Amino acid sequence: MARTRKGIEVSIAMADAVAQADVDVIAAYPITPQTHIVEHLSEIVAEGHLDAEYVPVESEHSAMSVCCGSSAVGARTFTSTSSQGLALMSEIFTIAAAMRLPMVMALANRSLSSPLSIWNDHSDVMSVRDAGWLHVFVENGQECYDNVFCGFRISEDPEVMVPLAVNLDGFILTHMIEPVIYEDDETIKKYLPPFKMKNALHPDNPVSMGCFGMPEIYTETQMSREQGVQNSYPTIVKAWKEWGDLTGRYYHPVETYKADDAEYCIVTMGSYGETAMEVVDTLRKEGEKVGVVKIRLWRPFPFEDFRRAALGKKSLIVIDRAISFGGPGGPVASELRSALYGRQGAPVIVNYIAGLAGRDVSRNDFRNIILEGKAKAAKGDTDGFTLYGLRG
Amino acid sequence: MDKFSVYSARLVDKTENFTSGHRACQGCAEALAVRHVMKALGRDTIVAMSTGCMEIISSPLPLTSWKVPWIHNAFENSSAVISGVEAGMKAMMRKGKLPQKKINFVAMGGDGSTADIGMGQLSGALERGHDFVYVCYDNEAYMNTGIQRSSSTPYGASTTTSPAGKLSIGQHTQKKNMAQIAVAHNIPYVATACSSYPFDLMDKVKRAAETPGAAYIHVLSVCPTGWRIPTEDAIKYGRLAVDSCVFPLYEVINGEYKLSYKPYKKLPLTEYLKGQGRFRHLTETDIRHIQEQVDRDYAKILKLCGEGK
Amino acid sequence: MAKPMDKITWQEIETGSVVLEIGSARQYETGSWRSERPVVNAAQCIKCGVCWLFCPDSCVKQAADGHFEADLTYCKGCGICAKECPVGCIKMVSEEG
Repeated sequence: MARTRKGIEVSIAMADAVAQADVDVIAAYPITPQTHIVEHLSEIVAEGHLDAEYVPVESEHSAMSVCCGSSAVGARTFTSTSSQGLALMSEIFTIAAAMRLPMVMALANRSLSSPLSIWNDHSDVMSVRDAGWLHVFVENGQECYDNVFCGFRISEDPEVMVPLAVNLDGFILTHMIEPVIYEDDETIKKYLPPFKMKNALHPDNPVSMGCFGMPEIYTETQMSREQGVQNSYPTIVKAWKEWGDLTGRYYHPVETYKADDAEYCIVTMGSYGETAMEVVDTLRKEGEKVGVVKIRLWRPFPFEDFRRAALGKKSLIVIDRAISFGGPGGPVASELRSALYGRQGAPVIVNYIAGLAGRDVSRNDFRNIILEGKAKAAKGDTDGFTLYGLRG
Repeated sequence: MDKFSVYSARLVDKTENFTSGHRACQGCAEALAVRHVMKALGRDTIVAMSTGCMEIISSPLPLTSWKVPWIHNAFENSSAVISGVEAGMKAMMRKGKLPQKKINFVAMGGDGSTADIGMGQLSGALERGHDFVYVCYDNEAYMNTGIQRSSSTPYGASTTTSPAGKLSIGQHTQKKNMAQIAVAHNIPYVATACSSYPFDLMDKVKRAAETPGAAYIHVLSVCPTGWRIPTEDAIKYGRLAVDSCVFPLYEVINGEYKLSYKPYKKLPLTEYLKGQGRFRHLTETDIRHIQEQVDRDYAKILKLCGEGK
Repeated sequence: MAKPMDKITWQEIETGSVVLEIGSARQYETGSWRSERPVVNAAQCIKCGVCWLFCPDSCVKQAADGHFEADLTYCKGCGICAKECPVGCIKMVSEEG
């Protein structure tokens, strides 16, 4: 395929990227809003455009189990899910990370039941925050496409071997038609080496995987795992840098917009970044010294990058897309507070939870959140969180 | 060679693919079944195993009893994991990423992981028709966690969660028939076997491995600890289960039933029940009732196999 | 030879806790569990191998003269060999002397 720019549905672009990555096994179960990704993949396989096994499993629990098996034999493995699907597979999701089985998942973020809702927020991904996967958040179709390749490159790196989820907002991204640049196959080949699984299951080199751990050894296995996730950071940065050198599109663990001279910033994850930038442009014209901080890499959490962006600001207004019930507020704000605690020049944090289950957060809402948040910060009203737009 | 005598034991391959040093209880006929199955399969095999007795006893880090590539992932998903193993190998061999090689893909689990928690996943894998063998080692309860009832526990057995008591006969439901459920998936090969008949078991495992597509083998695995019998009687009770027709040995090849072994003289059920602690509370009336059930079930199997009385 | 589990450092854990030394369970000597051991009357043994075939611990070995006996490093003393021996040449003897 030659380098082309297409107007295309983001899910289709993502599936096309998976095909260009020469994936060997796809195992998935239909769930909204992820379905278009795997539908298109099954078509690509059925038409012979990708030589792969498409395993149409009977549940998400099996989808992740199949992915564990195929990754364990060294096959390049992809899956996609959302919400209840992620919740159902969460047992094996954790095991995949613990067994260090590389794979890429397109996680089309959607709210968790109940009430049943098919629309977007981040309650699904936050429920598996501590499972040991690498988590990247994307803002638009191009980022979805690009991060499939970066995802495989990072996850399969022998120094990493940790599964990676590309988090894309359900509907807001999955069902959007956007211009996306497709790179030519040569560029992809140059960027993404074949997967060589260390200690893959094969009769020529038998190993035992998934052994039982007594209290005498379990702690050591968990430290080994923690180091694997932490050590992925330099590989991630390098993988994004090399992708940028090839394509001109660079990614960073934490990205900022008009933040250098800002007194305060709005912090977002995922597709809200684009709206936030537009609103900041308007507010700048009105004389507000506001900027945007976008958390792209959620695990491993980029403490240093975040502190570089945040220290010295007066306040941060953090938009969360999920509630930690009975806890300290939104999971992102809570994480950022702990990253800044006790640091000199740390900004105060005002936490808004907005856009649950796809409730629209318009430019005007962003404007309200930013200005109201700034006022709250000035008053020292920074405890807990505000559920934006709540009636009653 | 007569499969049901054992006097040709010396002809069996001496290679052990499941080594000593495993931590199964004394007299564990399930560990013995694994040993036989692994002899039949040989080294060109990848095993995915469910959580359970055999997984725990064979793989305490940093040790392993396995000499073939082996993966354990969770309790309910060995059939899905092996689906991924098979799909991955198939794709990579087809694409030239790996050299072509005939490999046996085998999933294994106990009756809890097979008939209860992993039933949906097994059904999915059988329906999709992956080229694999599923071996269920049925010791008729959750032995690993301390003898709790499963849907494979026979009627009348006392377990720690179906205890016999003033108001309870013990397990009050009928044993789920997994072999028949496997047959209902229209897969090319289904069989029942028992490690008290090692030649029959090993033959069936080889046939299952040679069959393209999905195959299912249900192995009755006597558990001295859970059945409350002396350890040296593990083999004897497997024979009694077969000779009393409680556990008939048969194959279903492409839907055609074939009886593997017909006892010369069908033993009364009491021969099998007596001496088993899990049945010791049963009254004569209870036993008569169970005998009738055994007779009915066996008659059904004989009919399916086209055998006269 | 794998280290004992309580001596392994986290740096020594293989990625994903994979075990590379297959069959290493043989380091674990289950013979210490035994309260009775099988004693074979070699003269009576017909060398059929039934005891070998039915041993759940694969611990029965054939001696140079062809008779079979248990490797006491692993034998847990279940007594299946004694029970199944067609000529009754194996006796279980208490480890207490």
